[in-house]
Amino acid sequence: MTAEVALLSLPALVVFSTFVILPVLMAAYYGFFRWKGYGPPVDFVGLRNYQVILGDPTFHAALWHNLIIVVMSLVLQAPVAIGVALLLNRKMRGRSIIRVLIFVPYVISEVIAGIGWGLMLQTNGAVNGLLEKIGLSGFKADWLSDPDLAIWTLMIIITWKYFGFATIIMLSGLQGIPDELHEAAAIDRASYWQIQWHITLPLLGPTIRIWSFLSIIGALQLFDLVFIIWGQYVAHTAGTSTMATYMVAEGRMAGNFGYGNAVAVVLFLISLVVALSYQRFVLRRDTEGALTGGNG
Amino acid sequence: MTASATTTKNRVSHASGGWGSPWVYLVAFLLIGLCIAPAIYIILGGFRTNSQIIMDPVALPDPWVVSNYIDIILGNLFWRELWNSLVCAVGTTVGVVVLGLMASYAIARYPFFGREAMFAYFSAGLMFPMTVAITPLYIMVRDLGLMNSHAGIILPQIAFALPMTVIILVPFLRAIPKELEEAAFVDGAGRLGFFVRMVLPLSASGVVTVGVLSFVASWNSYMLPLFILNEEALYTLPLGVQAFASQWSVDTARVLAFVSLSMIPALVFFSTMEKRIVGGLTGAVKG
Repeated sequence: MTAEVALLSLPALVVFSTFVILPVLMAAYYGFFRWKGYGPPVDFVGLRNYQVILGDPTFHAALWHNLIIVVMSLVLQAPVAIGVALLLNRKMRGRSIIRVLIFVPYVISEVIAGIGWGLMLQTNGAVNGLLEKIGLSGFKADWLSDPDLAIWTLMIIITWKYFGFATIIMLSGLQGIPDELHEAAAIDRASYWQIQWHITLPLLGPTIRIWSFLSIIGALQLFDLVFIIWGQYVAHTAGTSTMATYMVAEGRMAGNFGYGNAVAVVLFLISLVVALSYQRFVLRRDTEGALTGGNG
Repeated sequence: MTASATTTKNRVSHASGGWGSPWVYLVAFLLIGLCIAPAIYIILGGFRTNSQIIMDPVALPDPWVVSNYIDIILGNLFWRELWNSLVCAVGTTVGVVVLGLMASYAIARYPFFGREAMFAYFSAGLMFPMTVAITPLYIMVRDLGLMNSHAGIILPQIAFALPMTVIILVPFLRAIPKELEEAAFVDGAGRLGFFVRMVLPLSASGVVTVGVLSFVASWNSYMLPLFILNEEALYTLPLGVQAFASQWSVDTARVLAFVSLSMIPALVFFSTMEKRIVGGLTGAVKG
């Protein structure tokens, strides 16, 4: 029996340890070195990399952008997703086609979304062109390069790209709410909105809290969209850089692998602290706590 | 009984529909418009010429030009990148399903010492998304000599998909009744025989969910190929699309045509697998 267990679990254990656990441990080790990525790291610098990161205004800016993205993702996506989920949960004609079309942004890859939006939002692109056509020329703007605007442009693109995921989760939560409650309320002559506000929303609480968790972690590690639309250098000047784009620009792209690994460790620790405190203080009231996992 | 239940339900939902239904359709229509407008823009843009696009960025093609699309379809760049994406996605999916199923089966059905620890070990992987591990992962892949190879994409992707896979599949496999196992043993099947003959068919739906999720993740994956692949001949579609966009940055129409062609496989895949993907994500979140 031991042989069977080994036979069954060893391949997965080896692959998982080699490509997930070991690299993370390596990052913690390499983070203490000044290292260009070739040969064994020898130039031990202790906590110097971490001092530089924590003192670097560019990193502070990236961290600040991440915080904006975390908060605004929750504020923007939750209402949209709940609204759309309520809509999709109604009986209406063409619901299945609506369902497919609404998830288009979520399905197409970040690269396609990034390039498409990047082209549309150029100064002489489709968005400004459209604004001019409908007589709103006053609202034309440099959506991508204006530092006061770019982060909000990013938020709109993020909302567009990811509300579908939130909607899927909210839908699953809605389907867990027994119809009888709505029927009882309807018999008591509660209006549609009263029912949603007093019955649906509170019962959707656990679902919203789990989605928020996933959204926060995702927002802290945002990389693809920013990197594709703003590239590695422009992101900072446009005010859309994130910790992950900072990590790639200052680490791999600059050839400073020790430093890049140290940034990875900082990013991981920040995510870990956020994740653990969220589980401790927010998810704890949901006894089911799917992600905290009884076994995990 | 069924009929009366349906009538009640209809009446209630009708009564509870506070806003008249035209509004619902208007909202749905606007929403869909916002969702697919960029995709429409990309597809239509591919049928225009650059001068059309510069003259008026928002207009229908006039006249419609198909040369952008034809050039790409007749060239081999797009097909090569499509093939590369397919190799990575299929390799990842097969690997995740095979390794994940084996490990989950061991954890779910063998009462060995340390199986809770093994489950916790895999679950801990959820704490390490690829973004965090990318720099050391790149070094690891390089040290193993897997740079510029699809194996260098597939193996890490399998590894990072395993935690979610194990978390989804273990409860699934645990739910298979003990009696079935005993019956199979009485019939002379070993645990492994039981695995092949009973577990695989019974866990098919969980396996499909896991497979679809890892296929989609691999298909859209950008960061890992960006680090691992430098040779254009090996580029997957996301990398290829980006390279194409920067190489032809002055030829917007051609870029739009390339982008819209590369959008098609994912859209077709999703519309056929929509129920699975939605169900899979829901299941994944519910644990």
